[in-house]
Amino acid sequence: MSSEHIDEVSGISTTGHEWDGIRELNNPLPRWWVVTFYITIFWAIGYTIAYPAWPLLHSATKGVLGYSSRNEVKNELTAAEAAKGKYVAAVESKSVSEIAADDALREFAVAAGGAAFRVNCVQCHGSGAQGSKGFPNLNDDDWLWGGSAEQIQQTITHGIRFASDPDTRLSEMPAFGDIITPDQIKQVSAYVASLSGLVQDASLIEPGANVFAENCVACHGDTAKGNRELGAPDLTDAIWLYGPGETAIAAQVRAPKHGVMPAWIGRLGETKVKELAVYVHSLGGGE
Amino acid sequence: MKFGTEIVLLSLFAFAALVAADFGVDEPFRQHMWVLFFAVAGFTAILLRNTEFKPAVPINPAAYMDGPVRYGAIATMFWGVVGMLVGVVIALQLAYPDLNIEPWFNFGRLRPLHTSAVVFAFGGNALLCTSLYVVQRTCRARLFGGDLAWFVFWGYQLFIVMAATGYLLGITESREYAEPEWYVDLWLTIVWVAYLILFLGTILKRKEPHIYVANWFYLSFIVTIAMLHVVNNLSMPVSLLGSKSYSAFSGVQDALTQWWYGHNAVGFFLTAGFLGMMYYFVPKQANRPVYSYRLSIIHFWALIFLYIWAGPHHLHYTALPDWAQTLGMVFSIMLWMPSWGGMINGVMTLSGAWDKLRTDPIIRMMVMAIAFYGMSTFEGPMMAIKTVNSLSHYTDWTIGHVHSGALGWVGMISFGAIYFMVPKLWNRERLYSLRLVTWHFWLATLGIVVYAAVMWVSGVMQGLMWREYDEQGFLVYSFAETVAAMHPYYLMRAIGGAMYLSGALIMAWNIAMTIFGYQREEDPMPGSIPALQRAR
Repeated sequence: MSSEHIDEVSGISTTGHEWDGIRELNNPLPRWWVVTFYITIFWAIGYTIAYPAWPLLHSATKGVLGYSSRNEVKNELTAAEAAKGKYVAAVESKSVSEIAADDALREFAVAAGGAAFRVNCVQCHGSGAQGSKGFPNLNDDDWLWGGSAEQIQQTITHGIRFASDPDTRLSEMPAFGDIITPDQIKQVSAYVASLSGLVQDASLIEPGANVFAENCVACHGDTAKGNRELGAPDLTDAIWLYGPGETAIAAQVRAPKHGVMPAWIGRLGETKVKELAVYVHSLGGGE
Repeated sequence: MKFGTEIVLLSLFAFAALVAADFGVDEPFRQHMWVLFFAVAGFTAILLRNTEFKPAVPINPAAYMDGPVRYGAIATMFWGVVGMLVGVVIALQLAYPDLNIEPWFNFGRLRPLHTSAVVFAFGGNALLCTSLYVVQRTCRARLFGGDLAWFVFWGYQLFIVMAATGYLLGITESREYAEPEWYVDLWLTIVWVAYLILFLGTILKRKEPHIYVANWFYLSFIVTIAMLHVVNNLSMPVSLLGSKSYSAFSGVQDALTQWWYGHNAVGFFLTAGFLGMMYYFVPKQANRPVYSYRLSIIHFWALIFLYIWAGPHHLHYTALPDWAQTLGMVFSIMLWMPSWGGMINGVMTLSGAWDKLRTDPIIRMMVMAIAFYGMSTFEGPMMAIKTVNSLSHYTDWTIGHVHSGALGWVGMISFGAIYFMVPKLWNRERLYSLRLVTWHFWLATLGIVVYAAVMWVSGVMQGLMWREYDEQGFLVYSFAETVAAMHPYYLMRAIGGAMYLSGALIMAWNIAMTIFGYQREEDPMPGSIPALQRAR
C-alpha cells in the first residue's frame, strides 16, 4: 500500500499507508506542543530536585528545600497552638464561671466551644443546638439538670445515664404501665397536659390530679415544676422532650424513654469541656 | 449439532452454580449463586431452543464477523441507559435522603452500580464492540479464533450481571471501581485474557503491512487493564464457597495499589481505549486523513509511559510517603501535553472539513467529545497539583471533573461511534433521523454544562467551607452545615444528569428505529449542499 500520496485539500503528503480508507498526513509536531511538553518535563525535573522524590534503596531523596508534609502540619499546628496558648492556659486555670465573667476569655471560649460543638454535639443536638425529639434544645432556659455554667460542665463531663462513668447523672422514671391502671394513665396525662394550658376533658383532670399527687409529686414536685437534683422535668412550661400532647405524655408515663448522653471528659479533656460549657451557657438560656 | 458443546458446558456450569447455591457458607453468596444459576440456565435454554441438526453453513473466511459487534452496539445502548438512570437516581438520593430504600437500593449499593454500569457496562461494551469493528477493518482480517468473540461478548455480559447483582446483595471488596468479589474477578480475568487473544490474534493475521494507530490504543488498553485488574484484585478468599476475601496488601500499600489501578482505569480504560475509538471514527466520519502521524506516535508512547505513574496524586496529604506524592504530581503535569496530542490530532483531522460542523450532527458530537477531552485532561493535571488538590480533594469538584470526562468525552465519542456504525452494521442507508441526533447533541451538551458547572461551584464552596477558620483559629462550619449548603446544587446536578439521560433515551429510540429499518421523512439538515438532498 505504501506509495507517494498527496492530500488534495491540504497539499500535504501522507505517509502513503491506508487503512479502510484512512490515511495519515505527514504534518510535523506542533511547535507549541513540543515546547510546552519540554517545559513540563524540565519543571518536573526541577521540582523533584527541590522536593522529596526519587526512591533509593532504603529511603528517598529528601529534596533541597527540606520539605516534609508532616513537618508542615506540625509547624502549622504549633503556630496555631502558640497563638491560642495564652487563652488556653487561662481556660485551664480558671473555673467556668470565672471564664464566663471575663469578656475576652469568654469570647475565646465561646469560639472554641462552638467549634467543638459543631464537631461533637450537632449529631444529636442539631447544628443550631435546637435539639429534636429526645434531644434537648440548648437555646432555651428549660434545664433538666441545671443551667449554670458549672452544672452544664458537670453534665458534659460525666454524661447522662452513661454506664461507664460512675459520676454520671442518673434518673429513671418508673414505667407506670406496670403500676397504675390504663384509666389512671389517661387521667394523669390529661392533667399534666392541662398544666401547660392545653385544654382537656375536664372530667379527667380532677381524677388525674389525684393520680399525680399519689404517684408523681415525689420527683416532679407538688406544683409539677420538676426537680433538677433528680433530672425530673418541669411539666408546666409547655416544653416537651418527647413531644407535646396527651398521647405522647401517656406513652412517656406508661414506658418512659431514657435518653443517654456520653461522658465527654475522656474524649475531649477538661479544657475542651470547659469551653463547651461556656459555649452552651452563652446560647441564651444560661443561668 | 449447532451449539452442542456450548450446551453441554453451560449445563455443567449451571449445575456447578446450583451446587454452590446450596453449599455456600454465607447467605449473600448463596443468593448470588442463584442469580448465576438462573442466568446460565436461562442462556442454556435459549441455545437449546435454537439448536439445529443440519450441517453447519460454512463460514466465508474473508467476511468480517459482525455478529458480536451488533450485539455489542445494542448492549452499549442498553447498559448506557441503565447506568445513567441509576446515576440520576443516586443524584436524587443525595438531594433527598428519603429515597434511600434499605437494604438493596441505598446509596452505598447503588453508587458502585452506577459507576460500574457506566464505566464497565456502557464504556466497556462500547470499547468491546468498536474495537472488534475497527480491528477487522483496519487489518482487513476476520476476527481470530472462530466463536471466541461470542465467548468474550457473553462472558463480559455475565460479568456485568454478576457484578451488578452482587452490589445490590451487599457483596463488595470496597475497592473503588473494582468492587466485585474474588470469584467475579476470576471470571473477568478469563474473559479478558480471551479478549486479548481475540484482539492480538486478529492483528497477527492482518493483511495490512502496518498496524493502524487506533489498534495501538485498543491493544494498550486491553493489556494494561489485564495487568491492573489482576494485581489490584490479588486477594485471599475466606472460603471457596463464600463471598468474602481479603486483599493481599494492607495499609498504605493497599491504598497505593488501589489508586494505581483506579487512576489507570481512567487512563487506559477511559482514555487510551476511547482514543482508539476516536482515531478510527473521526477520520471516517469526517472523511479526512489523520492530522499527523508523527504526533500520533509521540503522544501514544508518551501517554502510556507517563500515565502509569500518576496514580499517587489520588493520595496527596495522606500516609503515602512524600516522595511518592511528588512523583505522582510531576508525572501528572508531564501528562498534560501527551493527553492533548490526542485532542490536537482529533480536532485538526477536521481541517478541510470544518463545514461539516454545521451539517453533520455526528461530527459535532465527536468534536464536542474531543473538546471535553481536552478540557478534562487540562483540569486533571491541574487538580493533581498539591496546593489545588488540598482544596479540591474529597469535594464534588472531583465528581464534576470525572463527569466532564465521562459524559463529555467517553459518552459523546461512544455515541458518535455508534451513530456511525449502526447503519453500516444493519445495512441501512442512513440513520432513522439526523434531527434526533441534533436533539441528543444539545440535550447532552447542555446537560454536561449544567452538571460540570454546578459541581465546580458546589465543590469549591464545599472545600472552602471545610477549611474556613475564624480569626481565633477555630473551624467555622460543621460538616452537616456544608451538606445542607450543597442541597440546591445536588438538585441542579440531578437536572443536568436527567437532561443527559433523556438525550440517551432519544438515541436509543433513534438506534432502535434504524435497526428495525425505518427512515424518518425529514428535511435535510440546514446548511447542507442542495445537490446532496434526497429526492422527495
